Amino acid sequence: MTMPDPELLRLGAYLLGFIGFIAFNAAYLVWLERKEAGHIQRRIGPKEVGPYGLFQPVADGLKLMSKQLLVPEGADRFLFRVAPVLVMTPAVMSFVTIPYSDSLAARNLDLGLLAVFAFASVNVLGLLLGAWGSRNKYAVISAARVVSQNVAYEIPMLVVVVTVVMITGTLNLHEVAAAQAGGFWHWNVLRLSASPLMPVAFLIFFTCMLAETNRAPFDMAEAESELIAGAFTEYPGMGFGVFFMGEYANIVVGASLATVLFLGGWGCPFGLFPGLHWFLIKLYAIIFTVIWIRWTFPRTTFYGLLNLSWQVLIPLSFANLILTSALLKVW
Amino acid sequence: MNAYFRDIALGLWSLLAGMAITIRYFFQPVVTLQYPHEAVPMTPRYRGHIDLVFDERTGTNKCIVCNACQKACPSGCISLDGEKREGQKQKSLTRYELDFTKCSLCGLCVEACPTEALMFSKDYNLAAFDENDCRFDLIKRLEERP
Repeated sequence: MTMPDPELLRLGAYLLGFIGFIAFNAAYLVWLERKEAGHIQRRIGPKEVGPYGLFQPVADGLKLMSKQLLVPEGADRFLFRVAPVLVMTPAVMSFVTIPYSDSLAARNLDLGLLAVFAFASVNVLGLLLGAWGSRNKYAVISAARVVSQNVAYEIPMLVVVVTVVMITGTLNLHEVAAAQAGGFWHWNVLRLSASPLMPVAFLIFFTCMLAETNRAPFDMAEAESELIAGAFTEYPGMGFGVFFMGEYANIVVGASLATVLFLGGWGCPFGLFPGLHWFLIKLYAIIFTVIWIRWTFPRTTFYGLLNLSWQVLIPLSFANLILTSALLKVW
Repeated sequence: MNAYFRDIALGLWSLLAGMAITIRYFFQPVVTLQYPHEAVPMTPRYRGHIDLVFDERTGTNKCIVCNACQKACPSGCISLDGEKREGQKQKSLTRYELDFTKCSLCGLCVEACPTEALMFSKDYNLAAFDENDCRFDLIKRLEERP
């Protein structure tokens, strides 16, 4: 009897831990979303299934799983089936490099940031393939919207991230977070000595995160009142459920990235007791804000969305990049 | 160029103002009424179906079986009977039935009543599966009323 390969153990721990974490989040962010929406509208939200409606996600899951898995006639069966997985997998894989605390990360990759963005771009491919595979004009049109939206918002996001990389001088997410250790005045949001536009950069990143994860007010992908549920119109039961879980998993990835890149990762705002709990507090504060924004603003028009990106976010993020490089390298 | 930055600043400000409003609402108490578990507080002038008025002096209803309500009713949903008892000047009510399937809640019976023996009840949970559940025996309701 020999010990199993430590790499395999690590893989198993990652799969169990992070898939559990993601499944828990995907299920209970739906609950949080409904509760928060309820309280913003001064309602109660789910309350019947279990205490405080806590078993509501379980009930929703059972209902989705009991539905028949129809494939539309003439659809590309393979693409239709594989598309939800293509949305879910990159979200799961992005968690590989995210450092949750000083010692808790599945892999400490030197190119971690690059890996996250590489995985994140597959998400759009999944939506596009799902719409294409379901042989539905409405789905294809709204998938085209998703792609142009994601392309438009990928640019300012990456430019802002390049700024952060220039400040910290590394693509390793662990090092990015570790460089912000200490109080909140060390965080990248407030690193005004590197660039006075850093708070703006954080806002740009946050806006792009909302758009990339197809959240309101940028939820053109599933504008159910205009586009018949958008890119996944034809998906029944758990196929739709997986798309939905993918969306919430992407929110968790986006919020984790915002935490690591701008809010000091696992560091405490006052420099005391850094650790996993601070990461989770920041993570859920961001997710709370994301939901809060969703229930505050109505959906924008598509032109408004593209104009915001090309006319405001991209020029500002480039201005920030130039200013940062000037401050860092010239003076 | 100035207008461009003013637009951005104003837009951002209006977004923050909107979020301030929603977060205020988030922390305010919920106003949902848990309907099947909680009763709606009824306004005093709510006009539900009719009920007999309880007379505290006699300990029974005020009806003198004059049939004015029955005659006033446009949809014919009231039927009542009375009898003359020993030592009484007026008739006493023995049966008062309201067919709520026909009632249009016009209240003409209440206005027609000379002794003010009828009033509007505050009941609103009046959906029923059986037609017979909509035929109310108002004498029984008066006796069962607290």
